[in-house]
Amino acid sequence: MVEVTKLIHKYLRHDKKFPHVWCPGCGIGIMLGALVRAIDRVGYSKDEIVMVSGIGCTGRLPVYVDFNTLHTTHGRALAFGTGVKLANPNLKVIVVMGDGDAVAIGGNHFIHAARRNIDITAIILNNSVYGMTGGQFSPTTPYGMKTTTTVYSNVEQAFKISELAVTAGAVFVARGTVYHAKLLDGLMEKAFLKVGFSVVEVISHCHTQFGRLNRMGSAVEMMQWQREHAVTVEKARQMKEKELQDKFKIGVLVDRELPVYQDEYEKVRKWSQGVVKK
Amino acid sequence: MKKKGRQEKLLQGNEAIVEGALRAGCRFFAGYPITPATEIAELLSVRLPQVDGTFIQMEDEIASLAAVIGASLAGVKSMTATSGPGFSLMQENLGFAVIAEVPCVIVDAMRGGPSTGLPTLPSQSDIMQARWGTHGDHPIIALCPSTIRECYDLTIKAFNFSEKYRNPVIILVDEVVAHMREKIVLSDEEDIEIFNRVKPTVPPEWYIPYEDTPQGVPAMANFGEGYRYHVTGLTHDIRGFPTSRPDEIDPFIRRLFRKISQNFSDIQIGEFFQTENADITIIAYGCIARSAKRAVIDARERGVKVGLLTLNTIWPFMRAQVEKVLQTSRVIIVPEMNMGQISREVKRVNKGAAKVFTLNKVDGTIITPQEILARIKEVS
Ligand SMILES: Cc1ncc(C[n+]2csc(CCOP(=O)(O)OP(=O)(O)O)c2C)c(N)n1
Ligand code: SF4
Ligand SMILES: [Mg+2]
Repeated sequence: MVEVTKLIHKYLRHDKKFPHVWCPGCGIGIMLGALVRAIDRVGYSKDEIVMVSGIGCTGRLPVYVDFNTLHTTHGRALAFGTGVKLANPNLKVIVVMGDGDAVAIGGNHFIHAARRNIDITAIILNNSVYGMTGGQFSPTTPYGMKTTTTVYSNVEQAFKISELAVTAGAVFVARGTVYHAKLLDGLMEKAFLKVGFSVVEVISHCHTQFGRLNRMGSAVEMMQWQREHAVTVEKARQMKEKELQDKFKIGVLVDRELPVYQDEYEKVRKWSQGVVKK
Repeated sequence: MKKKGRQEKLLQGNEAIVEGALRAGCRFFAGYPITPATEIAELLSVRLPQVDGTFIQMEDEIASLAAVIGASLAGVKSMTATSGPGFSLMQENLGFAVIAEVPCVIVDAMRGGPSTGLPTLPSQSDIMQARWGTHGDHPIIALCPSTIRECYDLTIKAFNFSEKYRNPVIILVDEVVAHMREKIVLSDEEDIEIFNRVKPTVPPEWYIPYEDTPQGVPAMANFGEGYRYHVTGLTHDIRGFPTSRPDEIDPFIRRLFRKISQNFSDIQIGEFFQTENADITIIAYGCIARSAKRAVIDARERGVKVGLLTLNTIWPFMRAQVEKVLQTSRVIIVPEMNMGQISREVKRVNKGAAKVFTLNKVDGTIITPQEILARIKEVS
């Protein structure tokens, strides 16, 4: 408890911005806790962190933390973050997005940031819905689910955010849930320490919109669902394809080395200055 | 890499914009290729790394302006360049730069529209898009060069204004000026004013990032300098935090306007040419100001008293200067390569003292001196 109070005082704009806008029981708060704990463990100074977000319930997160914070336009957070990082590579850029923010309106920016392998950590809260605008379907809403714009049933197929990130070239991709909070702390810590484009997909719940429309119960019951459907990467290795059908993997999905954009661009600078011959 | 001394060069408009940008201290460019602005990106991809700057080709123009704004917040003077279709995509984040008060420069090399329109042919039809393209009430600064020297000078001014007033500045260059070549003399020794954003001098705990100062422009801390604050596209209070309080919204929006409106004399650049005793005054900008100057000289030779007011600042509209010629001339002619975007403004400020005539050309070709002379004959 003392530990928590210390972290709150150190990292949150506790005297300025609270109470927050989120619904009681929302998973975004749990993710915020994991973020702060991981940052504390990694030991970044508050001055060197730039936390960037787009628009949505998740996008509101940076206003509550005492870093350099940048709340941008819907879907564009990674592009803003790219500019920040390239202008001052000493800054630690953490981009926080919702699922709609990251892979609907911002989908193009997401795959290109991954492809460039720019040294940014993207944290994506996936609640399978547009929370802020009142529960419309998103690109991660599973087939057959109800939302306020799929009242009959969703007939579109869902994106798998982490798998998309792997294919697009991210060097570190991990998935966690807000139920598995301890695991989440560790995944975020690893992502921050990784040089290059790292992604942590955080499976969460929006019980007030998505949960209500699909009769999934309270926040607690939806977290119960996360517990039952998440399988660690290690455990999944011992399971059959069929057993994994309605499950999703959590843990580190990819951790690899690829050339990092800033290092590559430094070469361009040297070539242009004639210091090194191409 | 630094070139020393005085240099005489034959430069294209886009090249002069690059020279001006580098001289102003631009060290970051993010863009997406499009005719007739591409040369700016190509040249900066060569020049910026030479001066330890950064060039990045983004996935689209939305991302380009986003990256430019991010870089500026991190303390680096930044710009992008595009044409109509890309400028349309930039409107979203142009509004962000206005509300968050982030200095940046956007070049719009104007081609014919709407939509993909005329990729290689000139136009001046983005005048109103520059003013009102992004949603919401907002001030904007837009400059328009008509010579290669002006491409250089006005680009430096664009950076200076953006830093001084913490507002995005648009350079509206028509395709003719962007691609034409003229001699220009550049010199390292030349005394050119370079303005850098005013930074806070107070300790971080006293810093009020969106403070309502008499000048209307709050001091700007760069990310990473110890002044941790919140930047948002939501309407915010003086501390930068979102607000929906009427007593905070109103002074904020009014301050955004005030910081520009109380500095018109600094921002508004133009040239009166033989307007003192002019019976007819032409109001023109961009490449058409060149044709108009020729027409004025020719008309004067034939004894017709014609003058020219060239607008280098398109926005904020040069009302005082236009009113002056509206009072002294009997007839005003506004030739422009659109259906009447600036003439509409001229008519708006006209109190009936002069008759305002238009000369609109939208076929992708320049308005010639002969066409202006013919119009003079028609209306006089
Ligand atoms: C350009 C634009 N289009 C639409 C919106 C409206 N809008 C705000 S948040 C949002 C969706 C947010 O969903 P998600 O990114 O999943 O975040 P969540 O609220 O679920 O955390 C939308 C569509 C907007 N702000 N800007
Ligand atoms: S609407 Fe949903 S996502 Fe948004 S705060 Fe409420 S529970 Fe969370
Ligand atoms: Mg969502």
